[in-house]
This record gives sequence, structure tokens and C-alpha cells, in this order.
Amino acid sequence: MADRDFLLPQRSTVRTMRERLVSPVRDFRIDALGAGAGPRPGGVRALAAALGLTMPVSVFADVPQAQPVLVFKLTADFRKDPDPRKVNLGVGAYRTDESQPWVLPVVRKVQQQIAANESINHEYLPILGLPEFRSNASRIALGDDSPAIKENRIGSVQGLGGTGALRIGAEFLRRWYNGTKNAATPVYVSSPTWENHNGVFSAAGFTDIRSYHYWDASKRGLDLQGMLQDMENAPEFSIFVLHACAHNPTGTDPTPEQWEKIASVMKRRFLFPFFDSAYQGFASGDLDKDAWAVRYFVNEGFELFCAQSFSKNFGLYNERVGNLIVVGKDGDNVLRVLSQMEKIVRVVWSNPPAQGARIVATTLSSPELFSEWRDNVKTMADRILLMRAELRSRLEALGTPGTWSHITDQIGMFSFTGLSAKQVEYLINEKHIYLLPSGRINMCGLTTKNLDYVATSIHEAVTKIQ
Amino acid sequence: MPTLSVFLDVPLAPKIGSKLLDEFKQDQNPNKVYLAYGVCMTGDGVPWLSPVVPKTLMKLANDPSFSYECQPEQGLDAFVRVTTELLVGRHSPAIVDNRVGGVQTIGGNGAIQLGAKFLKDWYPGSRSVYIQSAQKDQHGLIFQEQGFIIREYTIWDPYRLVSDVGKLIEVAEQAYDKSILVIYNPGSFVLPRKKWMKLSKTIKKKQIFLFFDVPHQGFLSGDPDRDSKILHYFVSHGFEFFCSQSLSNSFGLYDERTSNLVVVAMNNKALLCIRSQLTIYARYLWGSPPALGSRVITTVLSNPALRVEWKKSLRGMVENIMLTREKVKEKLRLLGTPGSWEHITQQDGIHSFLGISVDQVNYLVKKKHVYIPKSGQINFTCINSHNIDYIAQSINEAILAIGPGPEPREPPPKPPPSRPDSKDSKLLGIKAPGAKPSPFAALFRK
Repeated sequence: MADRDFLLPQRSTVRTMRERLVSPVRDFRIDALGAGAGPRPGGVRALAAALGLTMPVSVFADVPQAQPVLVFKLTADFRKDPDPRKVNLGVGAYRTDESQPWVLPVVRKVQQQIAANESINHEYLPILGLPEFRSNASRIALGDDSPAIKENRIGSVQGLGGTGALRIGAEFLRRWYNGTKNAATPVYVSSPTWENHNGVFSAAGFTDIRSYHYWDASKRGLDLQGMLQDMENAPEFSIFVLHACAHNPTGTDPTPEQWEKIASVMKRRFLFPFFDSAYQGFASGDLDKDAWAVRYFVNEGFELFCAQSFSKNFGLYNERVGNLIVVGKDGDNVLRVLSQMEKIVRVVWSNPPAQGARIVATTLSSPELFSEWRDNVKTMADRILLMRAELRSRLEALGTPGTWSHITDQIGMFSFTGLSAKQVEYLINEKHIYLLPSGRINMCGLTTKNLDYVATSIHEAVTKIQ
Repeated sequence: MPTLSVFLDVPLAPKIGSKLLDEFKQDQNPNKVYLAYGVCMTGDGVPWLSPVVPKTLMKLANDPSFSYECQPEQGLDAFVRVTTELLVGRHSPAIVDNRVGGVQTIGGNGAIQLGAKFLKDWYPGSRSVYIQSAQKDQHGLIFQEQGFIIREYTIWDPYRLVSDVGKLIEVAEQAYDKSILVIYNPGSFVLPRKKWMKLSKTIKKKQIFLFFDVPHQGFLSGDPDRDSKILHYFVSHGFEFFCSQSLSNSFGLYDERTSNLVVVAMNNKALLCIRSQLTIYARYLWGSPPALGSRVITTVLSNPALRVEWKKSLRGMVENIMLTREKVKEKLRLLGTPGSWEHITQQDGIHSFLGISVDQVNYLVKKKHVYIPKSGQINFTCINSHNIDYIAQSINEAILAIGPGPEPREPPPKPPPSRPDSKDSKLLGIKAPGAKPSPFAALFRK
């Protein structure tokens, strides 16, 4: 930039009177004893105050305050609420029937094993992550008999939770996908979707983020026609973010037949599938069933990314365990993709954290621990299925207007109740039941103790407020 | 389905990772030594882990109330509080004024990442980042990705064989306005008072933004509070700055990537706004930071007994390093190795410059299987009782075989420019080095 060259400061060579005076030389060494040569107590601020001067202004005085995430605010409000009947249906984590977080027994066992293991080396993990974690995680998603694994055309990158995995995938695509279009490639996310999808792809540099039809509010189900139409109209090579199972926030998944239709349109239009798999095992209780969509696409010969998260199905929310799976046409392509991803990771976080990956790798590679984990996951999934059935039956027994079959048709942690914004407000303010303005509830917030209260409250909201 | 891959045009990126390490691994020689590990090693050749860590890990694993619930995006409040206090001191005026805070990040890398993004978006007018040559590969890339221009400087004077902090003054004087100055490992900086005042004045006048990088607090002097004393100075003199504090390195927990980006602002409102923006970057990069490392560190720092034990382990390591330095210097003296080796004991920390030439380094690597990077900067914890004799002998051989030993000397005079009033220097506004001001220049001075 030529204009920058003129902005160098002009060094003033004028000698002022002040500089010619000899100031007392005191060696200003900072040492532990702080021998009085240090700055006056209170420093500049006290001096300024004493002299009645105004404080210097921050160079960041114009930086605005950013908004916190809605879900966190909801939880904060819930915590402050003194009402004993309060129910939190907004948070995105599993809760037991006692409304407590649940550390999976297998996880606790493995954690103790790891803590007791004196020979663990705490050096930096490789940039792409713990190798045993990456291979096992990919195997879980794609299946032991996956043709892609057999043909050696998959790769994986350990990420900081599902978010980190999505981000690395997005950063790669923004740099290297779609010829010269790169950042201008349209990225389609479902309407509605997990709010961070927009943020992650946008932060990665994509400039054209669009939504595709997904939730049909009138029939409270999947708007397949709208979705397929959007895919037909999308420019070729657009990126589509698909939820592998247990769609967040609607809980509505395409059936296998519907997935087949989606895949055939995407194949014909050369659209790129970027799966987000955060709930494998959590949705139906069966790992293979929940991975059906991803495996179908792989069998159909697609090249795709899949961002896995183990936050929910291992209950390891705060250890940030995620994996980005890359499926390519052949091993050479995957190798090159991974080399570029390594370069990206090097700049973003350099090396991922070890604990969560160690726990998952240890569990998945031992047959007994693996089967214990499968049971733990089924426990969580079964409780959710039970709560769904119970809520629906109560609403139907109360004769609440409207159809409630979607409560049990939907799958996974979340349900789009179909409640309007006003009805949600009523529930929060009058009944101290916290849920998102979209009407999304977390099934795990329901317990055998509060089911009746919640059912009657929903009944009231629907009948009182139209 | 196209038969061609959508990744067809993706080029293979050059392998990341040290070529030196690869060569070392392939070397079959039984005497081979690698002196460039990034982590702190113990005398037995394994990475160091502070004894408080396994203890705390067991405690956490057996704690029935331990849960894996989601953390806030900026990390555990308790973690940020104790580590920020560790950096700026518990009685810091910044804490009293509530204008210092932090965000937990994924390693020092993550901290620089957040800081760089923030400065790109919210510090308009800044384009250059001044970073030490040794850090260019590590953190320079991050700033480059954000669109900054990287300019290198170095504190180590290869002629006088000292770390000359006064060079910072030169850097500050020649820096562009509103540029960013990344200062690595400032804990051992010592300057006469006048020079500090000059540096402060220059930095403030040019609105240079300071970004400190504290890679392993406690490893310079053995006392973490003493290592961060210099930052107390900057806080109390009204500076706003960022500091990347790599905590897990001070505990040996390298794989948990626990660090803190400390923000010192002018007032509480600015701090809150800055933190909220940093949180947004973190949200879309990693959601929230991993918990284990921060839990361990918070437990240790909040428990007086564990804290004392941790400090003791740090002191022990530092004493070992100092002892190793003394031994190396002594062995070289006993072998009659030509050159002055004072600089070995005058530097502190884990890494230090040997002061040998590139040819001598090559000799060591190729002929003696002693693997040292080209800069001659080695990790002193890699030297232990098993290999110290071999290393000293090898250095001796290298010096005797190739050229003179390191000897502090005056730097060569800067060559006078061929045309002192050339168009280029006029354009850039820099006085050509060595050119004396013309006696008539006084007539034209403003």
C-alpha cells in the first residue's frame, strides 16, 4: 500500500530545555523486594485524581457490548427465579429424573483409570489430534464395514467439540472448495437450525448463508417439498448443512425414504453434504440406526464432511470432544485435504486438548467399556422416549386443543411444541416454565415429578392464549 | 455424480513439524541428543509434570460432585480470576478498579488468535505487528492470517552475546503509529529507569499496542510472582494491553492447552465490552474452552498447600536448569574450549542461545549427532547427567574444527549509505543510517 509509507512519524530533533537538565539517575530495577524504586501506589490514576485531571480514555472506548447467547440468559433467569415449581425446559444438556446432570458411569470409571495411570505422557497432542480417538470416532459414525474405511479414503481431524469440527471444515471449504468461488459459495442451513451454524460459517468467511425450508409449522412436520425445491434451485456445488439425526431444534428427521429423495437431488445438483452429528445414539438409543443417513450418503458415493460431537452421547459437555470426518473419492484427495486442514488447525488452536479424546478413545477401543457405554446411552435415550410418551398422553387426556402426535414422532432431546411466542411468554412469566421463544423444549427437563405441572400449564397456555 | 473429486485442486501443504526432529528420529547413532524439545524435560529424559498435577487429577476423579456440565464461553470464572491474579498480582490497582479480566483460551495460540482477531476488528489504523524472530513461525502466522504485516525484531545481540532490552526502544522508535508490539517472555527484562521512561513515552506517544506473551510463568526466576513483576509496572503506569498467559506450561500439562488471555483496560466498561467481543470469537471457534486443565490449575492455585508445593516444584526445576548451565560452562572451561561462555549463565529461562555460528551448528548436527536448531537456541532441560559430557565435548570439537569460539564484541559499524540523500530515504522519512545531519539542516528544522 503506497500510502502507508508516508505515515511514518517524523522524529523531532528539537532539543527542549527539559531534556538538557540532568535528572537524578535511579536504577529502576524491578525485583522481588520492590525496594521503593517502584511506581507510586495507585499509579497514574491516583496522580491524575489528585491533580484533578481527567483519566485517559481507553483506545477501545467505541467497542460495543456483544450480546450473550439466548440459552445462557434463559438459564440465568431460571436460576434467579425463586418459585419452587420452576422447570427449565431450555437448556441443551441431559438431566436425570431428579433434574441433575449425569456423569455416565463408564465415563467416571475411565476418568479414574486415566487419573491413576502414571505413565501418561502430557506432551502436546499431534496437531490433528489423538490418533486412537480419530480412528475410533470415525468408525462409530461410518460403521465398521464402511466401504470408505475399507478403501482407505477417509480422514479425520480432532476438533474442539462439534463447534470446532464445524469451524475447521468451514475454514477449509472457504479456502479450497468450489474453484475460485470459495467464500462466495452459498451455504444452506435448515430453517430453523442450531443458531451457531450461521455464526460459525460466517466467522469462517462465507458471505452468502441462506436457509432451506425444513419445518412446516402448519402440519408440524418436515416440509420435504420445500426442502427439495430449494435444493433444485440452489446453485451447483452449494454446501448444505444437514443434521444427521435428532434435528436441533425441531426433533423432526427425514424418514429413510425421504433421505433417499434428498440424496438423489443432491447428487444430481452436485451439492456438498456437510453433516452435523451431535446426537448419535441419543436419538433412538441405537448407534447404527442414528447413523443411517450419513452411511447412506457414503454408500451412494458422496464426498462429504461430518462434524461429530461427543458432548451429548458421552455427557462430556465441557471437555470439548469433537471429530471432523472427511470422506473423499480416494486416499490421495483425502491426504491433500488433511494436509491443508493441518495448516488451518496450526493457526487456530495448534494442538487440541487431550482429556476428552482420551476418555472417548479408551471407551470405544475396549469391548467391555464400549458395551457399557452403549447401555448408558440407551438409558438416556429411553428416558427421553418415556418423557415424550408421558407428555403426549397427558396432553391428550386433558383434551388440549390441537394434535400432539408430533411430540412422539419427533426424536432426540428437543421438541418443537408448536407453541406461539405469546404462549411461551405466558409459560415463562406466569408458570415459571422456561423454554425458548421458538417453542423448543428439552425433553430432559421433564421428570416424573413435574410432568403433570407442565402438561396442565401447556393446556392452560393453549386454551387461554390464541 | 462427477467422477472427479471436488478436492482435485487442493494442493498438498508442506508437512508441518520440525525437520530437525524428523532427522533426529531417523538417526541411528546411539549418542544422538535432541536439544530443541518444546517442553521442559526432567533429568530422566521424560517431559516434566509438576507433582501436584497427578495428585489433583486423582482428587478430581474421585470427587462425587464432579460433573461435565457446559462451561461459560469465556471459561470458569474462578479459573480466570486466580490466573489473572497470578499475573497482575492480588493487590494490583487494576483489580481494585475492576479493569482487568481474562478469557480462557486454547493454549497461547488460542489467546493470540482471539487477541489478533479483536485488534483487527477494533483497533483501526493498525497494520503492522512487530514480533520477535524466534516467534515468527509460532505466532506470526496468526497475525498474518488476520491481514497484518509482520515485522521482525530480535532482542538477542549475537555480537555482544547478551539480551539487549534496549533494542525495544529502537523498535518502538522506528515503529509505525498504532502498530502492535508482541513482547515475548518479558519476565527477565531489566533496564535503567531512564530507558524505561523513554520506552514508555515512545509507546504511549505512538499509540503502540502491547501484546505480551508469557509462555511459562515461573520458569525464569523460579517464582511466578517475580516473573510477572514487569507487568505490574505496565499496569500501574496506565497501559492498556493484552497478555497471553500459557498456564498449562507452568504445570507440565501441555496436552490440556489451558491458557488465559488477560485484558487490562482503562476502565471497567471498556473491559466488559472487550471481553464480550472476545467471547463471541471464542464461541464460533471452539464453543467453550475445555475444563480439565482449568479445573486442575484452579484447584492448585486456590489451595494454599498445593500452591506452595507447586511453587516448590517450579523452583526445583529452575535450580536444576541453573545448575546445568553452570556445569556446561564449567565443562567447556575445563576442556579449554576457546571463546567466552559467560552468556550461558547470564541468560535465564528454559531456552538460551549458545552463541555459536551456523557452521558450528551444522557440524554438531551432522558430525556429532547433537541436534540444535540453526539459531543456536537450545532447551537446557534436555541436557542431563547422561549426555552432558558428550555435549560439552561435541561443542568443544565443533569450535576447534570450525572457526573461533563466541566472543563478545562490538557489532560491525553500519555501512554508510552510498547516497545519503537518496530518493528512497526521503520518501520513507528515515534518516539513512550513519548519515550525519547536514549543518544546514538546522535551517530547515521545524
